[in-house]
Amino acid sequence: MTSTLHVPTPQEITEPAIAGKTETMVLNMGPHHPSTHGVLRLVLELDGEVVVNVAPDVGYLHTGIEKTMESKTYQKAVVLTDRMDYLAPLSNNLCYALAVEKLLGVEIPERVQVIRVLLVELQRIASHLVWLGTHALDLAAMSVFLYAFREREQILDIFELVSGARMMTSYIRIGGLAYDVPADFLPTVDALLRIMPERIDEYESLLTGNPLWLERTVGVGVIDAEAAIAYGLTGANLRASGVPYDVRKAMPYSGYETYDFEIPVGKNGDIYDRYRVRMAEMRQSVKIARQAWERLRALGPGPHMTLDRKVAPPPKSEITHSMESLIHHFKLWTEGFKPPRGDAYVSIESPRGILGCYVVSDGSPRPWRVHFRAPSFINLQALAHMAKGRLVADLVALIASLDPVLGEVDR
Amino acid sequence: MDNRTLLDRITTRFPDAVLEPMEFRGDLSLAVRPERYLEVVRFLRDDPDLRYTFLENLCGVDYLGRAPRFEVVVHLVSMLHLHRVCLKVGAPEEHPHVPSLTPLFATANYQEREAYDLLGIVFDGHPALTRILMPDDWLGHPQRKDHPLVEEEIAFTFNQERIYAHKPFAKE
Repeated sequence: MTSTLHVPTPQEITEPAIAGKTETMVLNMGPHHPSTHGVLRLVLELDGEVVVNVAPDVGYLHTGIEKTMESKTYQKAVVLTDRMDYLAPLSNNLCYALAVEKLLGVEIPERVQVIRVLLVELQRIASHLVWLGTHALDLAAMSVFLYAFREREQILDIFELVSGARMMTSYIRIGGLAYDVPADFLPTVDALLRIMPERIDEYESLLTGNPLWLERTVGVGVIDAEAAIAYGLTGANLRASGVPYDVRKAMPYSGYETYDFEIPVGKNGDIYDRYRVRMAEMRQSVKIARQAWERLRALGPGPHMTLDRKVAPPPKSEITHSMESLIHHFKLWTEGFKPPRGDAYVSIESPRGILGCYVVSDGSPRPWRVHFRAPSFINLQALAHMAKGRLVADLVALIASLDPVLGEVDR
Repeated sequence: MDNRTLLDRITTRFPDAVLEPMEFRGDLSLAVRPERYLEVVRFLRDDPDLRYTFLENLCGVDYLGRAPRFEVVVHLVSMLHLHRVCLKVGAPEEHPHVPSLTPLFATANYQEREAYDLLGIVFDGHPALTRILMPDDWLGHPQRKDHPLVEEEIAFTFNQERIYAHKPFAKE
């Protein structure tokens, strides 16, 4: 089965063409092309306007994040995770924090977990709104972009409220959160969650039944369930092919097993189904965020960090009284904590798919190795499979529907 | 499926394959003998009771100063049992070769190319093992622990001759 599945390399297309052995045309698309959503370069082999083969060429944004993390202490490496998937920094923070917390074996207070869930679900909505806006823009539906970014801005305001930064939040830290949420956090989130369902209806009214949208998306870029699993597609891309696999249900983390939500699943695995799945996911995210909101309100004030003093610094008030607290604080900020020798792997459901983090500790305050299973990077492999035999214009829609973020592809 | 049952299934089928089973924080990881690696993965994928059909993650680690120096770490997921298992296979420094999983899982393609590019682990049987993140003319494998952490000198007209002399394209 899998032997027929093939991921082409750019050389595979360019070399026969340079040797003059082919009748087809080789066209370069990107890395600076508005529809490749970043610096993705595609080498296309075309027969007229029909795509015969397409090979992604990645690496233009490689910044060695994994390598750089090896020279930072665990806590200081958090800021680098923001810069991978820059449309979902909180999901990256969470994944890394969970992996290191697993190494440390530290307990996270319930209140912290609730805030984390609330924020990453808002992050999922924000990220899907960028996908929706740019996807529609690629298919010449201009106005959706403006509406989607209006609500995204509101979510980014919430992130600014809690962390001080709109995008590079670094808010979820190892052992908890950077600081506690401010007093006006709950009402601000409430205002967003109130309007969100009808705003999603609004986006859907523009696209879901729109004949132009249907013509561009239905039956385009189809991938069946078996091929999707073999190519390692995850997230909405996998679920659109009818595989109900979501890490939040399959291997729950941060208490997701206690929330009531459904996994939206598609049937045909085409661009339209991926669109429907992501739209339904936004509604589910609103539902989860609302439950987390209720819980947070019921819990009231509480700790925003674990009480394990070997991982989280003591509060300022304690430092002035207790010698031991002062020592803990000093040790944490000068040396950092030392997880036991070993390795841990954690995967979460990021907006783009399964984001995994593998951390190896050698017992020192710096990670020996950090590896991220980047969903965008792995999802790109299925591009050629989906695009073959379609038009170049369909390829543009297809890239948008896979929703890659190049910062994460290249890390 | 729990870790115990899975380990029993593998050890009854391949008594000599698992070098060292490890359970850390509830996750099972198995250090597998390189000769048996492909067979074990194929067994995990194809056995109708196991169905570890989803290769979630594949990466390399450089344990400089330890033998074998390199290790390839694979995380396989069974969507049937909602269970994940980690397989590890070592590769010595002087001959860093590991069998490729790309013929079994198409998704291993990019992940193996990344491990080759950044760590220099060679995956035998990979259809096109080329650099993926670094430029094609890059020398060395930057994620190795002994890769020098220095800046690359920027080529200007006054020094480009000297800098380009070290580059592979100068010989063409």
